[in-house]
Amino acid sequence: MVEKKEGSYQAGFGSNAKKDPVRVVFITKTTSAKVTGEAGPQLMVFPHLLVREAIAFMVLVIALVGLALFWNAPLEQLANPLLTPNPAKAPWYFLGLQELLHYFPPLVAGIVIPTLVVIALVVIPYFNVNIQGNPLWAGDRKRTLWILLTVILVLTFVLAWTHAWTVLAPTEVIAGLMLYTYSVTPRRGAPTGYLPTRPLPWWVMTWFILVAVVLTVVGTFFRGPGWSWVWPWRSHGS
Amino acid sequence: MSTTSSAEGVLERLRATRVWRSVFRRGPARTNRTRSLAVFGNLFLHFLPVKVREKSLRLRASYYLGSISFVLFVVLVVSGVLLMFYYHPAVPDAYRDMKDLQFVVSNGVFLRNLHRVAAHLMVVAVFWHMFHVFYRGAYKPPHEFNWVVGVVLLIVTLFLSYTGYLLPWDQLAFWAITVGTNIISAMPVIGKQVRFESLGGNIVGANALLRFYVLHCVILPLVAIVFIAVHFWRVQKDGGLTVREKDGGKKRR
Repeated sequence: MVEKKEGSYQAGFGSNAKKDPVRVVFITKTTSAKVTGEAGPQLMVFPHLLVREAIAFMVLVIALVGLALFWNAPLEQLANPLLTPNPAKAPWYFLGLQELLHYFPPLVAGIVIPTLVVIALVVIPYFNVNIQGNPLWAGDRKRTLWILLTVILVLTFVLAWTHAWTVLAPTEVIAGLMLYTYSVTPRRGAPTGYLPTRPLPWWVMTWFILVAVVLTVVGTFFRGPGWSWVWPWRSHGS
Repeated sequence: MSTTSSAEGVLERLRATRVWRSVFRRGPARTNRTRSLAVFGNLFLHFLPVKVREKSLRLRASYYLGSISFVLFVVLVVSGVLLMFYYHPAVPDAYRDMKDLQFVVSNGVFLRNLHRVAAHLMVVAVFWHMFHVFYRGAYKPPHEFNWVVGVVLLIVTLFLSYTGYLLPWDQLAFWAITVGTNIISAMPVIGKQVRFESLGGNIVGANALLRFYVLHCVILPLVAIVFIAVHFWRVQKDGGLTVREKDGGKKRR
């Protein structure tokens, strides 16, 4: 019935159903979209997952109502294009970017860096280095050390040259911790402990999060008129 | 004892009615078959699998961060729709409506507080969710596409929060949006044009308010709903939550 041509089935292509066989279903060996998970004891979603979700939902809504009762959303004067507040601040989740704008030109801080961050996030699962998860010093130790030292030196130079101290400080903390894990990793044999077994993507993400948190906190609390450094616990003359 | 049994009796009689059976089309969920039917016979639950691995229900597998983000989104939709009843996206009516919420509308302050606090927490929850997924290695195949969908949802969340920031039309809103949209003009070649299109003019004015309002209340929520649906669907299709060897922990019992 079905004519086989070069390993592929030909069916259901003709317009005359009386002459050509109509394709009802193909059973192929390729997998479906559904992926089989790892084995292990399983529970019914109804009720086990649904009960937990319902409890999480209720706890969250109670917490939200509590917060909404005791914390007031800010409301300032009517918008006035002629009266610029000093400093004019973006919402808190963009204050890290605004802090970067203080150091780098708008094209770099406002466009290039955010675009690179988004691209970096998207491609994470498509690179083998992020999937294998080998400890940082598992490969050629000397080569890794030289690459790491070069990257640290270049970053330190660029950040110090642009006076980007609030980026430099967390970067040096992470760099120091990475070099520390080099010193405690045995030359032969597997590394042990928490930090020495961390893979490269772990370090990069931790560096990114630490820098983002430091920049956001600094932008939110430590920046005053003209984006100058202020201490939040000291009152400033108006 | 009597109250429980009588309540159960009422429920039992209710379940036997034609109306109840027309809605649920299954018996009480006491057998695994009817429990399965309860999930995949329900439009809103069919995103979920029928069974999940026991380990994926442990708190540290997810801290329910995805669910929390979703619940915050639902709270934001409900409180946002209620706020829309009292809001005109015009200058200076928008600001007057904020004052009305404060002094005239019953529970207006609470409603606005709820929307604002949920919005902040949603940004936090979505970021935390992403970092948690990363540190668990839950982005690894076969979950890689769902990670990308998640990155899109993060960006949609930020845009949702940012467009909502302008709507009160106070000094805070106006200058936050002015600062943010000035960055767009740094984009090479098309920067000025993109900023003009997103503001409907060269400055943050009435047109910008209207555009941000439509984006915030219609376009971005719809985009979010579509991507959330894909995200949930793919969690199931990609084999459920990532569980690790150590999630079981040492047997304490």
